[in-house]
Amino acid sequence: MNLDAKIPEGPIAEKWSSHKFKMKLVNPANRRKYHVIVVGSGLAGGAAAASLAEQGYNVSCFCYQDSPRRAHSIAAQGGINAAKNYQNDGDSVYRLFYDTVKGGDYRAREANVYRLAEVSADIIDQCVASGVPFAREYGGQLANRSFGGAQVSRTFYARGQTGQQLLLGAYASLSRQIGLGKVKMYNRHEMLDVVKVDGHAKGIIVRNMVTGEISRHAGDCVVLATGGYGNVFFLSTNAQGCNVTAAYRAHKRGAGFANPCYTQIHPTCIPVHGDQQSKLTLMSESLRNDGRVWAPKSPETAKKIRAGELAANDVPEDERDYYLERKYPSFGNLAPRDISSRAAKEACDEGRGIASTGLGVYLDFRDAIKRDGQKAIEERYGNLFEMYQCITGDNPYEVPMMIFPAVHYTMGGLWVDYNLQSTIPGMFVGGEANFSDHGANRLGASALMQGLADGYFVLPYTVGNYLGEQGVAAAGQVSTDHPAFAEVEADVKARIDKLMSINGNESPRSFHKRLGHIIWEKCGMARSKEGLEEAIREIQALRKEFWENVRVVGDADGINPELEKAGRVADFMEFGELLCRDALMREESCGGHFRVEHQTDDGEAMRNDEDFAFVGVWEYLGDDQEPKLHREPLIYENVKLATRSYK
Amino acid sequence: MNLTLKVWRQKNGETKGKFEEYPLSDVSEDSSFLEMLDILNEQLVEQGQEPVAFDHDCREGICGMCSMTINGIPHGPQRATTACQLHMRHFRDGQTITIEPWRAKPFPVMKDLVVDRSPFDRIIQSGGFITGRTGSAVDANDMPIPKSTADYAMDAAACIGCGACVAACPNASAMLFTAAKASHMNSLPQGKAEKDRRTLAMVSTMDDEGFGGCTNIGECEAVCPKQISLDMIAHLNRDYAQAQVKNFFQTVS
Repeated sequence: MNLDAKIPEGPIAEKWSSHKFKMKLVNPANRRKYHVIVVGSGLAGGAAAASLAEQGYNVSCFCYQDSPRRAHSIAAQGGINAAKNYQNDGDSVYRLFYDTVKGGDYRAREANVYRLAEVSADIIDQCVASGVPFAREYGGQLANRSFGGAQVSRTFYARGQTGQQLLLGAYASLSRQIGLGKVKMYNRHEMLDVVKVDGHAKGIIVRNMVTGEISRHAGDCVVLATGGYGNVFFLSTNAQGCNVTAAYRAHKRGAGFANPCYTQIHPTCIPVHGDQQSKLTLMSESLRNDGRVWAPKSPETAKKIRAGELAANDVPEDERDYYLERKYPSFGNLAPRDISSRAAKEACDEGRGIASTGLGVYLDFRDAIKRDGQKAIEERYGNLFEMYQCITGDNPYEVPMMIFPAVHYTMGGLWVDYNLQSTIPGMFVGGEANFSDHGANRLGASALMQGLADGYFVLPYTVGNYLGEQGVAAAGQVSTDHPAFAEVEADVKARIDKLMSINGNESPRSFHKRLGHIIWEKCGMARSKEGLEEAIREIQALRKEFWENVRVVGDADGINPELEKAGRVADFMEFGELLCRDALMREESCGGHFRVEHQTDDGEAMRNDEDFAFVGVWEYLGDDQEPKLHREPLIYENVKLATRSYK
Repeated sequence: MNLTLKVWRQKNGETKGKFEEYPLSDVSEDSSFLEMLDILNEQLVEQGQEPVAFDHDCREGICGMCSMTINGIPHGPQRATTACQLHMRHFRDGQTITIEPWRAKPFPVMKDLVVDRSPFDRIIQSGGFITGRTGSAVDANDMPIPKSTADYAMDAAACIGCGACVAACPNASAMLFTAAKASHMNSLPQGKAEKDRRTLAMVSTMDDEGFGGCTNIGECEAVCPKQISLDMIAHLNRDYAQAQVKNFFQTVS
């Protein structure tokens, strides 16, 4: 497996511009001869499809929802970072780059992160030009707030609906291209496999989720922007449809999967309430700008709260432990996500958790309301407070919110080089589906930034470079008549037939729930060698059971959510094992990956740069074979490797 | 809680549908409405029956995918709440709940509670955007936008495109949706250049898709989970009148 990252030579600040200059261009008249397939219509996919079409390429874009506007990017609440330094508080491209590398626990690729920081300022300009109604000051200038892991205010936001507004901006540009006929949009279509011709990605096989028809689509290259795999945990903050299928199918066809064990656990979710729950809901991190996180000082007090004998508001000041402010005084409640999550877990492990399950801590706005008045808090977070009340039935203006960490974002993904090309030539991967920019932990408000950076500013160049390298004579040369398409299509159909024919006793959802339970318990917020080995064995057994006992009702030739689920759960089963293997291999604690064997005396994560400053990339070798590990060493030339301290 | 569900079952667009009745027990009042349907579906799968197909995705009230009429009201009885954010504590033990798809001619039923809302996409594709090249915008602060304008644009832009407005309207009018989208773009300085063109294109597409006219009944506003206000419709009517007058004297293109 060739892991040449193709990082351009030269000083970090000049890499992207010199690379852009050296890239091959396709002359505008020739662009219409090429056809690009984009899978996914979120920030990365939608923006890439719109930008490529605008440049003149013909684009086919696929999404499983009923409209590209519903991609899960829409659910991001808090904001998007950009090194604009509008606040004059010392921000710069270099500082955003530095914060991102440090926040990612030194497991991201420097050159990619620098480019991300560099284009971040252009993203804001682009979004404003397309009509995104970011929050403004009275003078008409853009407003900013700060987010976890940063000491400057660089986060741009549109109320608590930033992701929605950014996505609608990209969707509007995409819609324009659909209207012009440059993008052919396939709603309610699910990609089930990728087709390679002479080693290059030249097409995909998709299922029309309305008619059940399996069809072939050929192109000159394929862009995957299919989001993250957090739903492998069953309960997560992801949308119900989020899945790993496209990425995992690509992996099985030769794309290396990098760092799957890097899962971000977000500290501020509404706690789990019972076993009927289907998903977890995030409360925006921006709440931590004003909310103070605490747990009772003693397990006895916590016990009384859990039993309903004591109300949170009646806990006296000296019985409250504002543990983030205590342990991480310089960042306080805005400590990064991995650190805040682990601190909450620690408090609950000590028996100081609240909520009926004991798995919760408080996020208290009492002091902020006293200081700024309820109206100010309402203006800042009104919709989030309403959402909380809607879900829990409690009024957070009167009683503190209850929060607990939950699976939120995945930093691992398909391995890509600097051009965002995977180990399959001609297959590009953008947004959460790739691995490159966030390292082992993602700082708040950087996901939206990365999705749009990839979609608007990176892929439109690098895809063009690839097509230019192939030469115009190659444009449109591969058609769906090629035998490779028939072969892959037959595989896809056989798999569906197999799922439909098992006719067992257990629903796909039930299997998914069992899988999620194993992974959360053994590869969740804390991981151990023993637990991971157990998990791998249990997942293998579960996978076997799945293929013998899953029950998919309904028909394959129409709308069938059970069949869709079954296919995705089958992939999650295999992928879950890979995730645990990666976690087992990584004998260190870092970012979202905490190995109990590797911690300092005071319980902080202990990284091992000597042995693990690399990207772990897995090669698929066969269904019954262990995958092979490859390493891309991470070389830090600009940011000195140092222990992350937020104290 | 124990409930009786009367659910619309329809195999596909070609076949006729009908209500089926299902008893359901042990529903937690902390569950959301869709989680309650998950339980029903697990029960149906167990009995070897096809589960109820319904559209849903983020379950956080923002993607706009969930769409169902609950006891006669799109998204159910709770104001400003999507079906996925509606919790069972708002229902009574022993209650009978009727669940059916959006009813509107431009939104044909595809299966059970799933309808085709692609006409909304086509309204946007006809002009609901700002024409601009990606990657070459001026600095965002070069164009100050008064806070009140940005806030107003955000009020309009909050629309999630769920289609409840159409389902609630006796005329199946898409005015609230179209108005929200047009008002968002038309109110911002960036969107002014093609305001007339946009307005005419979106309204004419809306009519061509078969949505009915707006007669100011206000059901749309009442059911809108994002509380998009009727003011947006007034805004669109004003922009439309202006554009038509201009178009009368010189074709807007």
